[in-house]
Amino acid sequence: MAETEKITIYAMGKAYKVPAGLTIMSALEYAGYQYIRGCGCRSGYCGGCATIYRREGDYKLYTDLACQTPAEDGMYLVQLPFVPANKSIYDLDKIEPMETTLVEHYPEIVKCVSCNTCTKACPQDLDVMYFIQAAKIGDFKEVAELSFDCIQCGLCAVRCPADIAHYHVAQLARRIYGKFINEKVEQLTKRLNEIEKGVYDKELNKLMKMNKAMLEKAYKKRKIEGTK
Amino acid sequence: MIEMIDGYPKYMRESIKKVEETRQDRVDKLPKPMSMSERKKILNKFHPDFDPKGKRKVRTGPNKGDIVPNEVADLLEAYPSIAPKDIDLSNIDYDVDVLVIGGGMAGTVAALWALKEGIKKDKILITTKLRHGDSNSIKAQGGIQCADREEDSPAMHYLDVIGGGHFANKPELARALVTDAPKILDWHEDLGVMYDRDNGKYLELSGGGTSRFRLHSAKDYTGLEIMRVLRDESINQGIEVIEFASAIELLLDDGGKVAGALLYNMETEEYSIARAKSTILATGGFGRLHIQSYPTTNHYGATADGLVMAYRAGANFVDMDTVQYHPTGAAYPEQIVGQLITEKVRGLGGQPVNKDGKQFVFPLEPRDVEAAAIIRECTERNKGVKSPTGMVGIWLDTPIIEIIHGKGAVKENLHAIYRMYERFDIDVTKDPILVFPTLHYQNGGVEIDVNAATSVAGLFAAGEVEGGVHGKNRLMGNSLLDCNVFGLRAGISAAKHAKKTKLGKLTLQHVEKYTKNLEKNKIKPKMRSPMLLPEYREEDVLARRLRLST
Ligand SMILES: Cc1cc2nc3c(=O)[nH]c(=O)nc-3n(C[C@H](O)[C@H](O)[C@H](O)COP(=O)(O)OP(=O)(O)OC[C@H]3O[C@@H](n4cnc5c(N)ncnc54)[C@H](O)[C@@H]3O)c2cc1C
Repeated sequence: MAETEKITIYAMGKAYKVPAGLTIMSALEYAGYQYIRGCGCRSGYCGGCATIYRREGDYKLYTDLACQTPAEDGMYLVQLPFVPANKSIYDLDKIEPMETTLVEHYPEIVKCVSCNTCTKACPQDLDVMYFIQAAKIGDFKEVAELSFDCIQCGLCAVRCPADIAHYHVAQLARRIYGKFINEKVEQLTKRLNEIEKGVYDKELNKLMKMNKAMLEKAYKKRKIEGTK
Repeated sequence: MIEMIDGYPKYMRESIKKVEETRQDRVDKLPKPMSMSERKKILNKFHPDFDPKGKRKVRTGPNKGDIVPNEVADLLEAYPSIAPKDIDLSNIDYDVDVLVIGGGMAGTVAALWALKEGIKKDKILITTKLRHGDSNSIKAQGGIQCADREEDSPAMHYLDVIGGGHFANKPELARALVTDAPKILDWHEDLGVMYDRDNGKYLELSGGGTSRFRLHSAKDYTGLEIMRVLRDESINQGIEVIEFASAIELLLDDGGKVAGALLYNMETEEYSIARAKSTILATGGFGRLHIQSYPTTNHYGATADGLVMAYRAGANFVDMDTVQYHPTGAAYPEQIVGQLITEKVRGLGGQPVNKDGKQFVFPLEPRDVEAAAIIRECTERNKGVKSPTGMVGIWLDTPIIEIIHGKGAVKENLHAIYRMYERFDIDVTKDPILVFPTLHYQNGGVEIDVNAATSVAGLFAAGEVEGGVHGKNRLMGNSLLDCNVFGLRAGISAAKHAKKTKLGKLTLQHVEKYTKNLEKNKIKPKMRSPMLLPEYREEDVLARRLRLST
């Protein structure tokens, strides 16, 4: 790798020469920008560095995350650190999940024209259009599963001709699924009751009173599950 | 140009071939875990945190004389970034009962529980440096621990926590952590968090240093899933959040109680005054200090501001002498160096192997031990693989996971990792990945009691900023738990405290006093703190930067 190899990127139209092999984010920093907005977790989990770009000689606009995308020669970039999409306000405890629940909270989803622009815009490669279709018929499980890796960057909403806030719709669907539809796990309730009744107090009291040598001994004696 | 084959330079492929050759034989053959004395030996010799040159005694403040990492000492010995005389404390911009500093998981949990405890929503304020949720919390991949299986118990969890922490933890905090866990999970379920299931039960994995399978995950987006639900809930509840507003100093009242904070608008650079009867510090960790020049897994705002503010207000620290390096940070490709490869990879059976495809360590040692073993392999034993930019690492064999758990297991359980590498043309279901330890977690912090109260009246702390829960070394999955358990306790305690508190006149005298102490201790002004953001601009650019006067 020639270490001095430089490429040209255009930050909001303005050219900067930066070394090859950086992400869009580190390339902009190299050029002299200090982020305040547009930079959060720096590893693809927070959706704070949504970026729109075009390549020289290409007419198409692409979308991705600045912290996860390699900078390329001739990239025209702009970041989109905030999307003013509408979020429905609700009391989850009062929701009764029905086929129409999602449409009631987000009526605009019925206006989806199935253009698939949202899917193309998604930096996580989620099937956004499909989960909106599923949302229209109240298929919570499908929405929850298809949207699970959503980082809520808002790029789908920005590109949508029907002004849908896909990521907010999905959030509601997942919460409904998690609260009302996902199977309850008995062992958790059982353990909660045991703790409340003080079943483990004696053992914990004993452990808390042990000195370091005794603790070390007990620690060494532990059987590690999954090993022989 | 180097010839590339499926994301790797051709020369690295030679070593990958050896990994492939040994794979089948390694499937159910693991090296033995180390004995306590072996652990001690390897840590002393190879772990960066055991290198005395990386630390020094802090020369001022409540922990004067205690050992902390050099980078932390620098910040504590730095001069305040404001002059108290420039601040007008008589104009109160926000007047609340509970002020939460930091909009990560601990902060959001605390705000929600202060509300449940009866504080009105317009008397709670969250102020945060970046956006709500831009935090270490949202990046947590692996999961959260909770001892709920028949084969498991809070006592076993306790012993794991204490042993992992080298027996230095505050026992009552460790106990609170493990006994509150089921309550936290139950609350999350009620809010609609989707934890992974397996046949009507939770899918539970093991983590480094844990004796039972008790790691609950939401694929490898556990932090994201919990954080976005909590954020959604706090919006629904109408709790006000001011984004891009960093706290830069705590405020005291003339009775010596903490009484809110001085806020700084990161965009307009104007300050504002938030007065509060109770203040909760939830500013997270310090990875962006790049301790010992290590790359880090942490988010952009992890710069130890909370430590600095609390220290100046008189709060003391515990266990600030140890730093956690995660054994497996990405070492290739260059663009993602330092980013976390979750321990869940090893929890699912992924194995660290050297350039010859040979195993050299039990995959699930406590983090420090695992990291030391990887460093030994790359240095003394010279069995690492060098990347084109000179990073040396060892292989983490990911394809073996699909032999153990069947085809599709990687995409099903580790989609974030799959996606991260796919962007660089590497298919982790087919090829191993190159890893090396990375700076990960602040083990110690502001000392709290079981009610999340610090040593200064009116100040509570929760999450990574506090210390004592994990002793000298935190185990995976216990930090998300910590944010929740102590976030909850901080919220409740802060609410109770607010209800019985009357504030006196606001002051920044403690900041003046701190400055005088620096002078008295003959500490020269070299830098200012809190840091707020790390500096990544090119030196050439910074060298020519002008600040025009007006
Ligand atoms: C990549 C990664 C993976 C992890 N995986 C796991 C895991 O699988 N399981 C587990 O248990 N733990 C894991 N951890 C650890 C865990 O995520 C964190 O320790 C925990 O979430 C910290 O929560 P917190 O609320 O204390 O801090 P954070 O979530 O970091 O939140 C702190 C917030 O305060 C803000 N802030 C900072 N300074 C100021 C200021 N001056 N004024 C106002 N706001 C400020 C920050 O910007 C941030 O929003 C992981 C950590 C990382 C980095």
